Amino acid sequence: MTNKKTSVPFNGTPEQEQALQKVIEAHKNERGALMPVLQEAQEIYGYLPLEVQEMIARGMDVPLEEIYGVATFYSQFTLNPKGKYKISVCLGTACYVKGSGDIFDRLSRALGIGNGECTPDGKFSLEACRCIGACGLAPVITINDDVYGRLVPDDVEKILAKYAD
Amino acid sequence: MMENVNIFINGVSYSVPKNFTVLEAARQVGIEIPTLCYLKEINEIGACRICMVEVAEGPRPKRLVTACVYPVSEGMQVFTNTPKVIASRRTTLELILSTHDKKCLTCVRSGDCELQKLCKDYGIDDANRFAGDRTEYDVDATAAHMVRDNNKCILCRRCSATCAKIQDIGVIGANDRGFATHIGCAFEKDLGEIACISCGQCIVACPTGALYEKDQIDEVMDYLADPSKHVIVNTAPSIRVTLGECFGNPVGTNVKGKMVAALRRLGFAGVFDTDLAADLTIVEEANELLQRVKNGGVLPMITSCSPGWVKYCEHYMPEFIPNLSTCKSPQQMFGALAKTYYADKMGIDPADIIVVSVMPCTAKKFEVGRDGEAAAGVPDVDVALTTRELARLIDRAGIRFNELPDEEFDAPLGESTGAAVIFGATGGVMEAALRTAVEWLTGDELKALEFTDVRGIEGIKEASYKVGDLEVKVAVASSISCAKKLLTKIKNGEATYHFIEIMGCPGGCVNGGGQPVQPASVRNFTDLRGIRAAALYAEDESLPIRKSHENPTIKKIYEEYYGEIGGHKAHEAFHTHYVERNRF
Repeated sequence: MTNKKTSVPFNGTPEQEQALQKVIEAHKNERGALMPVLQEAQEIYGYLPLEVQEMIARGMDVPLEEIYGVATFYSQFTLNPKGKYKISVCLGTACYVKGSGDIFDRLSRALGIGNGECTPDGKFSLEACRCIGACGLAPVITINDDVYGRLVPDDVEKILAKYAD
Repeated sequence: MMENVNIFINGVSYSVPKNFTVLEAARQVGIEIPTLCYLKEINEIGACRICMVEVAEGPRPKRLVTACVYPVSEGMQVFTNTPKVIASRRTTLELILSTHDKKCLTCVRSGDCELQKLCKDYGIDDANRFAGDRTEYDVDATAAHMVRDNNKCILCRRCSATCAKIQDIGVIGANDRGFATHIGCAFEKDLGEIACISCGQCIVACPTGALYEKDQIDEVMDYLADPSKHVIVNTAPSIRVTLGECFGNPVGTNVKGKMVAALRRLGFAGVFDTDLAADLTIVEEANELLQRVKNGGVLPMITSCSPGWVKYCEHYMPEFIPNLSTCKSPQQMFGALAKTYYADKMGIDPADIIVVSVMPCTAKKFEVGRDGEAAAGVPDVDVALTTRELARLIDRAGIRFNELPDEEFDAPLGESTGAAVIFGATGGVMEAALRTAVEWLTGDELKALEFTDVRGIEGIKEASYKVGDLEVKVAVASSISCAKKLLTKIKNGEATYHFIEIMGCPGGCVNGGGQPVQPASVRNFTDLRGIRAAALYAEDESLPIRKSHENPTIKKIYEEYYGEIGGHKAHEAFHTHYVERNRF
């Protein structure tokens, strides 16, 4: 997971903020409330950007760094939004020996983002994942519900072009 | 009274309080168990594993436990030096070294690093036993006051626990997990970008050289070597009772005379006392308080001597900015005085005067660059050194400190009072201000000068004094966590005061972030603040003049140059303003 501030602009809605304030209000004076609040915040926004963590820091009077420390400790939390198209590259054993690492690198270069990140236009997010059970098609990637198998790095640009909209 | 239990340490029987840890029990009977992450009441997490001892309880066989958090029990047998214990500690050190940069020769903490000492004590002969991956971190030098070098960090959490617990700020902490764990700020921002108050308490908590003040010794040496500059120095009240520690003197030794002698031998054109500016602060501040009381100004008025506290107020509690005294801090008053009155008297262009101050404080390095701190159109103060930097400067110049004669501060900026000396301890500014304000309000001479209610190392002190017809209610807080508690009470309408003294560091300047670093083995078992403060109160008592407004130099500078206390010219030189700053 990358732990820098995401380059995708924050576009939270007033409804989302209202929902988050409700969550904060409900947990405010509880001991050990930070985890449930972060979990619910991620439910609301899909991720935990700076703006959301600041709202929680203010609302709960908890240092921002403490929140950030928790958010980067647990792999269930993410600081980056998922893209409109969520690309997962299988780095399970079979895919890996068939060269999925090279596929990942090619995607990373083509999109200009690293593992766990999202392109600034919010279109593509990229992540490495564990075995998805399609070893016969190794190396495999998925883009939302589409599965692409038996890939070589040169296939990457062609596939991405399908998601031009 | 606390019940005792009987335990055996290395086969010898002792009776120790029931609520002790193994570490405390051993220490009480003269056995030191090494620690790295343990800071009493601040960081008791048993994380670093260096304090391992073997313990046998009842029928259970001997096993390794962490002495710092393990409670004693009746009949317990503790073994602090078995081969197993030594081997465990050695492995722990070797593992710590596997991710450490091991650049001791160029480290500011070489010689007083707790990790280095343990490696020596335990005979670590292969620093690369567990060689392998090691993350290289960029050194963060973006803050005005300090540097963070995570290549030397052992992840003990003493810094972040201090920031979170003592200061209730928490701008540094552990990010990420596992091998990637590192101490950082939220969203990996640099120290210069965050709402850090620059207090430096993290630095004095650090066992290694991962955190240190921004070193400005070379800058000072360059100024001293420049014949076109008139370089003068001033030392804060608390430096005289702490500098000696850097040269092996016991905690609480007053080395004022030798400090002055050393500064003179370093080549400063004038060796002056910030205490004079502390007296100046008192007359300006007492006057401001009386004006506020008389004219219905914003109350309570809160002191502004501590730049860490001021920065906290600006970042986190800006609603109290109108309560802050507009008086500059003593450091800045000294600089203003030097570059207006002194420049005029000496016939030197203020631009050619270099004011170096020696402060117990890292936030003073930030304060130097604040807006509104340039009475003569050039910065009031040019360089603020910490006590530690002065000690290194003295060493570098080859001055054998302990062999120096005792000497006196120079005229005309070296005269001060007992009221000024106690500025260095929590409650000292309050007491000094009361000595002046009470006499001004009543017109009568004070019979007893000691306001003992506001003395002592407690975090929050309150008192009430009948002055003429007025019941003056005062409070004193030291450390930001205590200040926050006090101010929250005021905000909620649960308390009212006329005057509040706040110091950013626990115990005040004697325990500031720029003071000599004492290892945890001393810090955990010594009342550093109390002992250092006692030395200041002893000096106060020994001085012939103990009230700021009776300082002859103070009277003279107003007569000769500034006119009225709190008047226009004094306001231009000695008062400043504050700004609201971002919390994140």
